Amino acid sequence: MGDPMKIRARLQGDVADVRVLMAHPMETGQRKDPSGKVIPAHFIKEIRAELNGKPVFDAQISQAISRNPVFAFRVKGAKAGDKLKITWEDNTGDKRSDEITVGG
Amino acid sequence: MRKAIVFAGVAAVAAGCATMQDEAAYREQAVAWMKRDFHARGMAKTDRLNQDELQRACTQYNNNPPEALVKRVEAAEMAGIKLPADGKYLGDWKRGQRIASSGRGMTWSDKPGAAGGSCYNCHQLSPQQPSFGTIGPSLRGYGKTRGYTAENRKYVYQRIYNSKAFSMCSTMPRFGHSGTLNEQQIKDVAAYLMDPASPVNQ
Amino acid sequence: MRYARVLCAAAGLAVGLAGQPATAQSDDRTAAEFDKFREVLEEANPAELWELKGEELWRQKRGPKNASLEQCDLGLGAGVLKGAYVQLPRYFADTGKVMDAEQRIVHCMITLQGFKYEDLANRPFSRGNYTPDPVSIVTYVAAQSREMKIAVPQSHPKERETYEIGRQIFFYRAGPWDFSCASCHGADGLRIRTQNLPNFTKPGAQAARSFIGWPGYRMTGGVMHSLQWRMNDCFRQQRFPEPGYASDTIAALLTYMAVNSNGQLYRGPGIKR
Repeated sequence: MGDPMKIRARLQGDVADVRVLMAHPMETGQRKDPSGKVIPAHFIKEIRAELNGKPVFDAQISQAISRNPVFAFRVKGAKAGDKLKITWEDNTGDKRSDEITVGG
Repeated sequence: MRKAIVFAGVAAVAAGCATMQDEAAYREQAVAWMKRDFHARGMAKTDRLNQDELQRACTQYNNNPPEALVKRVEAAEMAGIKLPADGKYLGDWKRGQRIASSGRGMTWSDKPGAAGGSCYNCHQLSPQQPSFGTIGPSLRGYGKTRGYTAENRKYVYQRIYNSKAFSMCSTMPRFGHSGTLNEQQIKDVAAYLMDPASPVNQ
Repeated sequence: MRYARVLCAAAGLAVGLAGQPATAQSDDRTAAEFDKFREVLEEANPAELWELKGEELWRQKRGPKNASLEQCDLGLGAGVLKGAYVQLPRYFADTGKVMDAEQRIVHCMITLQGFKYEDLANRPFSRGNYTPDPVSIVTYVAAQSREMKIAVPQSHPKERETYEIGRQIFFYRAGPWDFSCASCHGADGLRIRTQNLPNFTKPGAQAARSFIGWPGYRMTGGVMHSLQWRMNDCFRQQRFPEPGYASDTIAALLTYMAVNSNGQLYRGPGIKR
């Protein structure tokens, strides 16, 4: 259970401009701590977006993404009042979902 | 008693401008607050908050002390410079370059003895190093333009050892006087400026 | 003579020290570049993650007294957040002294929630995945002053006195390298390595660079830092001993710089390289 995401969706006509900020260490598994021990990999591997319960996309990502990442995408056919839900899952099995109302 | 002085000071500020007397009272309070609020960490002990005569005068006179005081203090700083016993002022410019590039030294997170000169923080030196500060003048081509003379070699050594012997309220640290750099390290940095083979002079 | 003039200007009572035209121009260019950079990142500043976390921490019942911070008075009345940050540091009658934003939040965490200063001061700065609670809270509080003008009060005698003490701390030369804050931040157009050094003694846009952008998300390390951290790390590089976390010395120094920043627009928690 990670920290809350910050989700923003701005409507322009029937297109929602979405930006999602996620709090995550995104540890690659290749860095070492000051004592020389490898810091275990800890990264988001999957992101799902759903609009009113219907999948928008399902993305597989990896260690190449920065710490506290930002994702931006556009959803066509969105309207005010729609429920947009974002879920991430990391390689340790940790998960987090947050939902907002479009145009709300 | 001190409270009374401070309140008088506040009135003066409200009326227009702090007087020299108020300045002193506020400074006294500032020092008392710092001495209460700072603690030692690593090599940075709280005695570092105590000003020596030079620091006190430069603070008090906003880096512009009266001429007579400047003469006396600069002479005292000059007298404190220890010249190398072997009469040689230049060391190895390659080691000097490493010292000039290092920003380490004297902070609470530094190990004692791990000292750099932080030269590039303030000065331009080698044309190959584009990351340089502008707090001090550019020293690019220093030896080449000033001349590789015995007199200049000695001056550079002294200036690094104690910049304040030449300009009392200079921003530049007193590297020898403060024990930041030892004799050999000062010679090495001097060589970085004064050796014809140093990149500074290319 | 020069001395007296500098004093008046620093107290914000004279405007006789306007910059050279060339300097003003390069300041403008730097500011324009900075604005562009900020705009690009505006909608993607991870600082907002700490705003969210800070809001949660503000509302939650926590600590030995199981209380929220909603009764915390940041100067505009209990629980009033809008515009509070751009009017801090300020005088608080209940403590009889001028306090900065984070110092006041720490005070509320102690008095309302029962936390201990020693515990809060033990690890006060962000590192790796760790962010101290007051840093998140001050980020949340600061965000409630987004796009507001900095208006740090100087009406109470203690506020004027604290400004003057802060100014003395700013110009105090000491330590093995004889530095004061002014060694780096007391003149126009200077750089340390490639980093520009704003002149905090110059009221207006220059001084406001001590205020604007904080608290800030640092891309190096991906951590959130507040002004408490910035002051601490400046004193480290000044070769001074360590200042106490949320101490009156820091509050005074912040008062000096914040008052010099008055009139400038605060854009909310920032982003740093």
